[in-house]
Amino acid sequence: MNTLWIVIAVLLGAAALLGMVRLLLGPSILDRALSVDALLAFAVTGLGAFAAFNRDPTVLPTLLVLSLLGFVGSISVAKFVARRAEGDDEDEQVVLPVVENTVEEKGETS
Amino acid sequence: MSEQFVQVLDRVAILCILAGALLSFIAAIGLIRFPDLLSRMHAVSKPQVLGLLLVLLGIGLRLLPAEETGVFSFGTLFLVGLFQVVTVPVAAHIVARVGYRTGRIRRDLVSTDELADRLATRRSVPDTSEDTVS
Repeated sequence: MNTLWIVIAVLLGAAALLGMVRLLLGPSILDRALSVDALLAFAVTGLGAFAAFNRDPTVLPTLLVLSLLGFVGSISVAKFVARRAEGDDEDEQVVLPVVENTVEEKGETS
Repeated sequence: MSEQFVQVLDRVAILCILAGALLSFIAAIGLIRFPDLLSRMHAVSKPQVLGLLLVLLGIGLRLLPAEETGVFSFGTLFLVGLFQVVTVPVAAHIVARVGYRTGRIRRDLVSTDELADRLATRRSVPDTSEDTVS
């Protein structure tokens, strides 16, 4: 039993290291957002393994917070990329006209 | 609960958590090895849903014989699973959509692309479209 707990910890640690490598290497910002999402999934798994090992339900609200944090992080990074890539020949862009104007003004001034 | 039943529960729980950790490790390898944003998303979504649900099942089975656990712990576990299952497809959809629209996917790895056909047919009849860009 104890060996299996050690195996779980080693697997999760190696997974977090590999995810960190992709976070450093990632060619685009979406790859980095994806690897941060994966790191959050690994952290939730690790905290869950900790709670199960100690039979301790104290960290369970942290799992709740982390599972919502990954969602908000991915959405905000993706929306940031979509706004910054405005001005290409893409139709069906879901950007409000007011926001579009501000982006164009920024592009002209800078 | 008898002692033997608790031991069986512990074995099942540790097997579930081991499967979750193994899925995380495989996803990390895929995150490193795969060449494309979409294929990396495919690799990462496994521990986000299946691995997390297995780990939550393992936590529940480990917490079951403890004395002080009430409804609150199991409710929290259920809420974590529910939020993850609901939010992960939405986030993956939006990230993939932005990646496609901004040209961050590799076209030579895509075997069939139905969205490109649909966008091409939409572009060919531009008079009924209400887009504000062009």
